Amino acid sequence: MTTIISTGGVHKVTDRPDGTDLWLTPQKFEAVTGFALKPEGFCRDAVCIPIPPGRERHVHHGRKVNIAAFAELTHRPWVGTESGDCWVLEEPADARDAALRSLEAPDFALPDLDGRTHHLSDYRGSKVLLASWASW
Amino acid sequence: MWQALYEELKSKKFVVIAVALESRGADAARPWIEQAKPTYPCLIDVDHVVAREYNMINVPQAVWIDEQGHIVRPTETAGVTEGFRKMNPTTYEMPKEEMQAGAAARRRYLDAIRDWVARGTASKFALDGAEARKRTPRFTADIARAHATFRLGRYLVEHGRRDEGLQILEQAVALNPDAWSIWRQMADLDTVGKAGGPEFWARVGALGEKHYYAPVDMPEGQAQ
Repeated sequence: MTTIISTGGVHKVTDRPDGTDLWLTPQKFEAVTGFALKPEGFCRDAVCIPIPPGRERHVHHGRKVNIAAFAELTHRPWVGTESGDCWVLEEPADARDAALRSLEAPDFALPDLDGRTHHLSDYRGSKVLLASWASW
Repeated sequence: MWQALYEELKSKKFVVIAVALESRGADAARPWIEQAKPTYPCLIDVDHVVAREYNMINVPQAVWIDEQGHIVRPTETAGVTEGFRKMNPTTYEMPKEEMQAGAAARRRYLDAIRDWVARGTASKFALDGAEARKRTPRFTADIARAHATFRLGRYLVEHGRRDEGLQILEQAVALNPDAWSIWRQMADLDTVGKAGGPEFWARVGALGEKHYYAPVDMPEGQAQ
């Protein structure tokens, strides 16, 4: 069993990695990444990221998609354990940087002490002081 | 830290959202929250999601967000100074002038919030778009990789693979050595208390001229 943690959550797949390469069915790939493999490339909503000519074999073959190649092509950090049984797929730095510079406050969902989930967007209409702290 | 301010301003469509960056979970934060009895939301963030989304590297840092969900002050030090660095290491006493400077910085920060809540975009503390963008800390590839690595290490620690997880958290520290939230969280997961122990003080000492808390760039004098 291989664990993949993405912004969408924690996914378990039975596929085993080969080095950093991890080949998934298109369905699982889409569940983990939010992207579908189409003739135009990797597509999410109306946006497609083309696959550079000559790289196709590293990205998909035998009806499977290599999530490591996707990560590399789209500048997403892809970090795993030495045994390859647990991986994290992160959003690209330039997308996060652009999002912050747009000054749209990124939404998030977190629990309070009672386990009740709060979204930042629940507080639209009020000024918000979003402050970090910690016990450590 | 924010309770009195929140009570004072809550009728003016103002809320504090306090986010505890606590990979040990709610029980680690609970005693502090129960003691402070806050009436504003206190959220528990085991994965440091808010640090990632807002490019935070320490606590306390804060972001000002207006009624439409726009950032009017990006991530910055939230009303504290680094006077603790001048603390006498044996008596734990702080020089009086550092105490005063700390109190003044806090007062200035709280007054700035009051001014913003009263005056909105007309407040000189609510930055225009160009200035807010300029002050937004750059989110680099190493920072992104550090967050991914942090998340992996934390997950392993939670799932019974403590030594391996801590080793991976060390890699996250190496990727973003400026992020005190990563180093101190790692130390806290290793041994409770270590985040403020001798290794912490050694790391603070090694900063030399560099800041632990970058000073807030805020106009001097009383808010109008």
